[in-house]
Order: sequence, then structure tokens, then C-alpha cells
Amino acid sequence: MAAVTNSIFTPAYAERFDKLATIYPMKRSALVPMLLYAQDDLGYVSDEAIAEISVRLDLLELDVRGVLSYYSMLRTKPAGKYNVQVCTNISCMLRGGFELLDHCKKELGIGHKEVTEDGLFSLEEVECIGACCWAPAVQVNYDFHDNLTPTKMTQILTDYREGRGKDVK
Amino acid sequence: MPTLVSHPDEVKVISRRFGAGAADIDKYVELDGYKAVQNAIENGPEWIINEMKASGLRGRGGAGFPTGMKWSFVPKVSEKPKYVLVNGDESEPGTCKDHVIFLHDPHSVIEGTMIAGLAIGAKTGFIYLRGEYRYLLKIVEKAVADAYAKGYLGKNIFGKEGVDFDIITQSGAGAYEVGEESALMESLEGKRGVPRIKPPFPAVVGLYGGPTVINNAETIASAPHILLMGGEKYAKLGSERNGGTRLFGISGHVERPGVYELPMGYNLHDAIYKVAGGVKDGKQLKAVVPGGSSCPVLRPDELNVGLDFDQMGKAGTMLGSGGIVVLDESVSIVEFALRTIRFYQHESCGWCIPCREGTDWLKKTMTRFHAGGGTKKDIDNMQYLAENMMGRTFCPLGDAAAMPMLGFYKKFRAEFEEYLEGKRVENPLIQITPVGQPALAGAH
Repeated sequence: MAAVTNSIFTPAYAERFDKLATIYPMKRSALVPMLLYAQDDLGYVSDEAIAEISVRLDLLELDVRGVLSYYSMLRTKPAGKYNVQVCTNISCMLRGGFELLDHCKKELGIGHKEVTEDGLFSLEEVECIGACCWAPAVQVNYDFHDNLTPTKMTQILTDYREGRGKDVK
Repeated sequence: MPTLVSHPDEVKVISRRFGAGAADIDKYVELDGYKAVQNAIENGPEWIINEMKASGLRGRGGAGFPTGMKWSFVPKVSEKPKYVLVNGDESEPGTCKDHVIFLHDPHSVIEGTMIAGLAIGAKTGFIYLRGEYRYLLKIVEKAVADAYAKGYLGKNIFGKEGVDFDIITQSGAGAYEVGEESALMESLEGKRGVPRIKPPFPAVVGLYGGPTVINNAETIASAPHILLMGGEKYAKLGSERNGGTRLFGISGHVERPGVYELPMGYNLHDAIYKVAGGVKDGKQLKAVVPGGSSCPVLRPDELNVGLDFDQMGKAGTMLGSGGIVVLDESVSIVEFALRTIRFYQHESCGWCIPCREGTDWLKKTMTRFHAGGGTKKDIDNMQYLAENMMGRTFCPLGDAAAMPMLGFYKKFRAEFEEYLEGKRVENPLIQITPVGQPALAGAH
């Protein structure tokens, strides 16, 4: 592995990346999780992150970008501190997913893939997040909230706004 | 947190540890955990594969391929290392069963992976979870670390000289397509998750070019239970040629949605009306999507059918991934079809043209149709399009998009025609998108 001396990532993540590059039969296998962890650390996958990951895994930046552009959870622009992902797929739609999305749009004053002015929230309409039997469901960052109603959603947003929300990484 | 449900008709095999705190390794061992894998080490690969074949277990990811047979296809001698790959990239709309397994019984997936490894002679297993399941990945990572600490994983497992097994956990980053086995391997090799052409099949040339067994998480988690109770006994729980039990996620307009474990061949009508408590708020049933969003829809008069791969096939639909979605009378099939095709259009990876273009044109036409700009010819055109996608793509995503659409056009044609005449449901769910604005533009 090419040595990375002054990593742009926080020490805990840099250490994790050092290990990730060694556990697979082929180093490149670490790419997808590494991109996601890089995003968890920085809030998005920046050009600097792409450069460092390509050095860490002996890839061309082009290879990294090619993979990055494929996966829908990865982004190259910052999202809000709390990324509210509302599922509107079939099971959630039947139990009020779209209503919830509209409610979030009103509450936050933003649309799909937009960020609030204070940078606290971003909103995304997402495809099935695997919580169909507890629909409608929303993920805030990696944290699941299910069996929601607009009233419950308002409470959840308030909790996050006031720093009481979980921030799973 | 997903709530657990139960019903007297359930036969609890794979779900018997749910809610018992089995994510903790000591609790898992107390509940017969890691016994099956020790039996497997004692009795050898041939015994494992015979038990699996006797169990009649068929792939729970949706294709229903007999698991024992799949394992037996792996060549005994291989120059390259062999691998086991667990598919936990559960993304089919309507499906949330693996979610519950990872949450409540992660060790059963680990133990199943070890058993599959012993059966085919692999030393390494991968457990791949979708990116959205980060909190579950942490649970699985902890379970793997605990198993290493106890000496159940690593070198000389359970103190047996020369028996080694390693497990690596892996996270995806959001792509439905990666649930297809060859795309899963591509993703695990750090590439775009696009499918590979088959043959060669993964059992011969798979991950890193080595022979690979790829199983759905529920299939893998069933293996320890099968070895403990014996393949034949497990088979008897289910119906003919469909051994055992499986998890069914019943969602949509039912009184008690949730993940239930029912015997294979259990009646679909009973699953909805008895187990899940019938249609919500006493409304009339309109339609049922019986196995995840890619399965052709059933009308209320077609529900007297057993939930197994063969009977569902005879009924002109599929058992799929066991995600039963129930629609009441208030739902517009046009809207439901639009939402379904939106999903497949968004998730088509773009690797091959019939799916990339087909899903896109279906979505465009459906969007225009939904906005009130449809014509009678559109219905025929869309049906023609979907028929032309079937069987013409690298992987089953093209079929998965075409099949439900064909089901809607054939079984609810009258509703599409009434929609043309201006008939609408009382409470439409989807706002009309002005044509020209892409809904849900995504990376793939």
C-alpha cells in the first residue's frame, strides 16, 4: 500500500481505512465501504477524499469516481447534518409515505435533495429502505423511524433540531 | 425499532430466537447456538449437503433454487480459493425479513455461513449488508467479533486442528441491482454493481475468480436449524418440493403488518385475513402483490393459493422474497403501477439496453398517462414494451420490472381505461408531475 502520512480523515477513520485495505483478498474490495465511511466522516465525498482513497487502494481517481457515481447513497456535495430520507415506495406509499414527504417539505421548507439554510437538515425521497412492515418509515442519517404520522415526524425533527436525536455512524 | 408480531398459526423455526436477546453470543449458545456447525465439522461436507438436499430448502431470496443442489455444484478441487457470500442486500420493495434476522439473530447468519463454508470447502465467508442497514451492520460486526473472541472463528475453530474459517462483513452503498448475485460480486470487488454474463456461474467462477456460493441471508440462517432438526423433519414442515418454513413480511393495508414465519404452502388468503388480521379499517380488498414488488399482482378472487414456489408459479405469479403487499379499494392501480415502474427505472443499472430503455420509456409513458395525457394506444404500447423486455436482459431486473407491469395491464385493464375517461380515486396518493420534470433523478 502506498503510505498515507497526512490523511484528511479523522484519526479513527484513517486507522479504520488502514485496516480495511488489508482484510480482503484484493485491496480494491474495500472501495465501496471506504467511500461510505469517508462520507460519514466528511459529510460527503470530496475531491480530496477521492484522491486519498485512490492512493490508499492503488487505483486511478477515475476508477474511484466511476464507482462513486453508481451508488445512490454516495454524494459529492454536502448534505445537511441530518439527512432526512423519506421512503415513498409501495408499502410506505400505501400507509402515507407521500403525505409524510409533503409534511417534511413544509416543515423544513426544502424539496428533494435540498439543504436548509442553516445546514441542519437535508431532505431526500428514497426508494425502499427495508422497513415495509413498519411503514411509513424514514431514515435520518442511519437511524430508522417507523410507524410514523405527520405529528410524530414533527416531534422527531424537533428532537434532532434540539440535539436529542440519535446520530448513528 | 421494528416491532415483533406473532400469531398462533406460525411455525417458529428461524424466528424461534427472535426477541430472546440472541444477538448476545452467550444467549445464542444457550439457545442451541453453534451446535449445528460443530455437528457439521464432525460429519463432513457430504452429510451437510445431503441434509440440505433432504430439507427441500429453496432459495429465499426469490428465485427458489434448491440450496443443497447449489452447494453441490461447487467443484471439490479448485486452484483458486472458494468463498461463501451472504446476500443481505435486501432491497425489493415489500421485503424486510432479513432486517429482522440481522437484528434479532445475527449469529444464525454467521453459523450458516460457516456451515456453507464447510460444505463446499471454503475458508472465507463474506456477509454483505446494504448500506442503509448500518445499524444492523454494527450488530453483525459485533457478533463476528464475539465469535472470534470465543474461538468459533479464525484458526482451528472449536479447537479442531486444521479447521479454519474467517468472516468479513461488508457494506453496500445503495443499489437495488447489487442484490443480484453477479452484481453483488462486482460490488464486493470494488466495482460498479453491474451484472456479469452467465455462464460461467458463480459456483464455478465467482468472487475473485474462485468458486463461490451465494445465498440470501434467510437461506443461510436456515441451515443451522436444518442440521439441528434433520433435513427430512424440516422438509415435512412445508409442502411438496418446498421444504420448511419461511418469513413472510405482510405490509400495506392490513390490520397487523409484520414479519411472520409460516410453513411453505400456507394459504395466502389465510395469511392476509387470519394472520395479518384482514384489510385495515374493514375496507374491501382490491389487490395483492404476493412476493415483493416484482411479482405479478393477484385479484381478490385469486387468493386461494398456497404460498410456495410451485403453487404461486401455477397461479401465474411468484413467491419471490415473501413480501406480501395488500392494497385496499381506495388505491388507484394506475398510481401503484407508476410508483412501481419509477422504482425499477431508478434502479436499472444501465448495463443493458432493454432494461435501461424499457424501464425509462415505461416510466415516461406511465407518468404522462397518470398526468391525464394518455391514450388507449398507450396501454397496448406499454404492454408491448414490457413483453419485449422479458427474458432479454443480462439479469432479472428487466423481468422484475416487466412482470408486475404486465400483471397490472392484464388484470386491471378496465381501470386503466376508466382512468383515460377521467375516473379518479377519492384520495390520490401521488401528485401529478408536470411532464418534463424528472421524478427522483438518481445516479443509476
